[in-house]
Amino acid sequence: MAKAEFDTPQLKGIPVIPHLQPGAMAHSRPFVAKAEHQEPLGFPGELVDDWKTKAIDKMGELLTKYRALPVFLDACVKCGACTDKCHYYLGTADPKNMPVARQDLLRKVYRRYFTFAGKHFPKLVGAVELSEEVIEDWYRYYHQCSECRRCSVYCPYGIDTAEITMAGREILAHIGIGQKYSNEIIGKVHKIGNNLGLPRPALEDTLEGLEEEVEEDLGVKIRYPVDEKGADVLLVTPSADFFAEPHVDGLIGYGKVFHQAGISWTLSSYASEAANFGIFIGNYENMQKVAMRIRQAALDLGVKRIVVGECGHAWRVAYSFWNTLIGPFDFLDPKYPVPQHVCEFTYDLLQKGALKLDKAANDDKVVTFHDSCNVSRGSRMGDFPGGQFVIPREIIKASCNHYVDMAAETIHENTFCCGGGGGLLTDDLTELRVKGAVPRMEALKRVIDEDGVTHMAAICAICKSQFTKVLPFFGMGMDMIISVHQLVGDALVLGAEH
Amino acid sequence: MSFLTVFYALLFYAATALMVVGLAVKIRQYARTPAPFKIPTTPGPITRGGVVARLFREVVLFESLFKGSKWSWLFGWLFHFGMLVVLVRHLRYFTEPIWFVALLAQDIGVYLGMAMLAGLIGLLGRRLLVDRLRYISAPSDYLMLLLLIAIAGTGLLMKYITHTDIVAVKAFFLGLMRADWQPLPADAMLLVHLTLVVVLMAVFPFSKLLHAPGIFFSPTRNQIDNPRERRHVAPWASKLDATRAPSK
Ligand code: HEM
Ligand code: HEM
Ligand code: SF4
Ligand code: SF4
Repeated sequence: MAKAEFDTPQLKGIPVIPHLQPGAMAHSRPFVAKAEHQEPLGFPGELVDDWKTKAIDKMGELLTKYRALPVFLDACVKCGACTDKCHYYLGTADPKNMPVARQDLLRKVYRRYFTFAGKHFPKLVGAVELSEEVIEDWYRYYHQCSECRRCSVYCPYGIDTAEITMAGREILAHIGIGQKYSNEIIGKVHKIGNNLGLPRPALEDTLEGLEEEVEEDLGVKIRYPVDEKGADVLLVTPSADFFAEPHVDGLIGYGKVFHQAGISWTLSSYASEAANFGIFIGNYENMQKVAMRIRQAALDLGVKRIVVGECGHAWRVAYSFWNTLIGPFDFLDPKYPVPQHVCEFTYDLLQKGALKLDKAANDDKVVTFHDSCNVSRGSRMGDFPGGQFVIPREIIKASCNHYVDMAAETIHENTFCCGGGGGLLTDDLTELRVKGAVPRMEALKRVIDEDGVTHMAAICAICKSQFTKVLPFFGMGMDMIISVHQLVGDALVLGAEH
Repeated sequence: MSFLTVFYALLFYAATALMVVGLAVKIRQYARTPAPFKIPTTPGPITRGGVVARLFREVVLFESLFKGSKWSWLFGWLFHFGMLVVLVRHLRYFTEPIWFVALLAQDIGVYLGMAMLAGLIGLLGRRLLVDRLRYISAPSDYLMLLLLIAIAGTGLLMKYITHTDIVAVKAFFLGLMRADWQPLPADAMLLVHLTLVVVLMAVFPFSKLLHAPGIFFSPTRNQIDNPRERRHVAPWASKLDATRAPSK
């Protein structure tokens, strides 16, 4: 694999808006999906002959299916408020990574084919014909957007570049140019049930191993059950939780919470994945098909509740889209929200006094919290706006004595994406991922220097993997990043009176 | 009836028709296109009243823009608020007896014409000076600002320097509305002002001025954050529901 050489940006200690460097990231493009990754998803295996017509037709179809598209494409006044908000622009200085410029890649074609001004006065409004060059730009720059929605917070019309990126990727996939990483993964979920392609026996082995390990450590038998009919709760969690560090410590933590609360639960080998990469490629059918496994598993196992593990976009899909895609959930216990985030679940127990936490267990740590983009700007927790910021922090603060927030302009709805979201968590995009992490790294470095922060907790599998990979580029330890439920698990006093 | 009067009368009818029909077509398109998913930018309102309040803050205060860019907010808000009051003031040319709101706006209106112009010049300055803004600007983006600057400029010139026969202007426009045409004063500054206004009306539905209706249809701003409580399905998507496993 020919990897582009690049220099890791120096952290400056203060946020800087770079001057434009046109073409700075023009070389960055992920591997294209092969026929075997495209076809199982219902996309053509290679570039179709009449790709131009097909692309325009698809754009026309999407314009009638998603109101966001015509409104966003028409409404932008080029006020520039979003131009310095994208972590990929801040990290790369490539002007096409400014959200509005990214939208313009699609908008200029939209104008040419779908608007009066663009048809008759293309030069005046910057409209262009669809060409190979444009397609190439779409492929490059729609894979330099993590669909994090930060730009939509500051846009006076709420224009969400993520929606444009999804449309761009959807059109590309339909003319035969899909992205290998996302499509291969979606294919695995359709076939096996999780992103890793981990079949049932392997999953059972892994969980058994985990049970033994935990028992050795604690001397208490904590169960990590799979496919147990009649359990109260179906836990759907990102498959990285089964193996990867630091994810698995989160899974251990969930198990301890269930154990201590005395609530029966199970994983499903059929729906062993919370992640839903269908959202990344902007394809309704694939997103629905992936989600459908969870409905099926919940019905088959006869559970009363569904709880979702720590994962950012997965929670957005679950919270915001599941009811639409696979609802109604009239077969579940109406006393609980469907779905329920594992943080909501733990927070509820804490509120009821059902868990006893010994904060001193985490006294070796000074913890900060990275708000994951999709949780922050695409979902909620609890029954009040902003619960997604309060609840995880309350859980962390209940689990440790030393907690510090990063700078206000980098947390809550202003949070920066980790740099690896939206289907970009792949080695063929390492340079982009490192550079896109810069704004978060700047903010983290400040709290390390000023407050002695030692750990950053997160509630997203992608964030955890991305930070594990990029922290060392900036001279920070990869084990700084931890799961929120690791903190909970370590502080939880097992066997204590409820 | 002079050629000038007939010409401008027809021009205004045509521009009005174009603007109204053009906007109606666009608004119908926005209203009829479903938003299949709940995509409000969160944290967002969880009640309908909350959505109304959110939109109100966006339209009246430019809340998100304030978070995004203080200078754009300042200039943009000066321009829009100035323009709003100027337009309310202009109602005196179209109402007899003059509406009471138009009268209210008379006194402050004068300063707001200046504020509008100042805001526009500020916006143009930013567009020319900030490299990021230059990069994203098409010719139409500059022209739109120049057009509005010219409208405000000619208006202010009429107000303070060249003056025009306001009574005759009013008679002309009331005449247009009552299909009883009256002569239009042949006054250069006025004619330039009116011609530019016609251009503005004509381009409205074909340009980025669609942000005005657009903001009300933006799903990230007008949706209630209640996807768990209420099932939200678009008609085209509900056909796909058939593939779902039955719950009972
Ligand atoms: C519902 C009514 C409206 C709302 C909420 C609204 C809001 C906004 C906002 C927030 C901006 C961005 C800030 C800026 O760059 O100034 C903007 C820009 C703009 N608006 Fe409006 N607007 C409305 C109606 C109008 C109307 C009726 C016109 C024209 C006659 C207009 C002309 C413009 C122009 C030309 C710009 C771009 C300024 C630039 O180039 O920087 N707006 N509008
Ligand atoms: C058919 C529509 C319009 C007519 C008949 C009209 C007519 C006039 C007249 C006669 C004046 C001079 C006022 C005086 O001497 O006291 C004026 C001023 C002005 N006009 Fe217009 N105008 C029209 C539309 C517009 C529009 C759409 C704008 C802005 C977008 C605008 C902006 C101004 C401004 C800023 C002034 C100077 C300040 C003021 O008098 O409030 N006009 N207009
Ligand atoms: S959604 Fe996020 S990654 Fe994409 S353009 Fe907006 S800020 Fe950048
Ligand atoms: S903030 Fe919104 S309106 Fe302004 S340039 Fe960006 S996308 Fe366009």
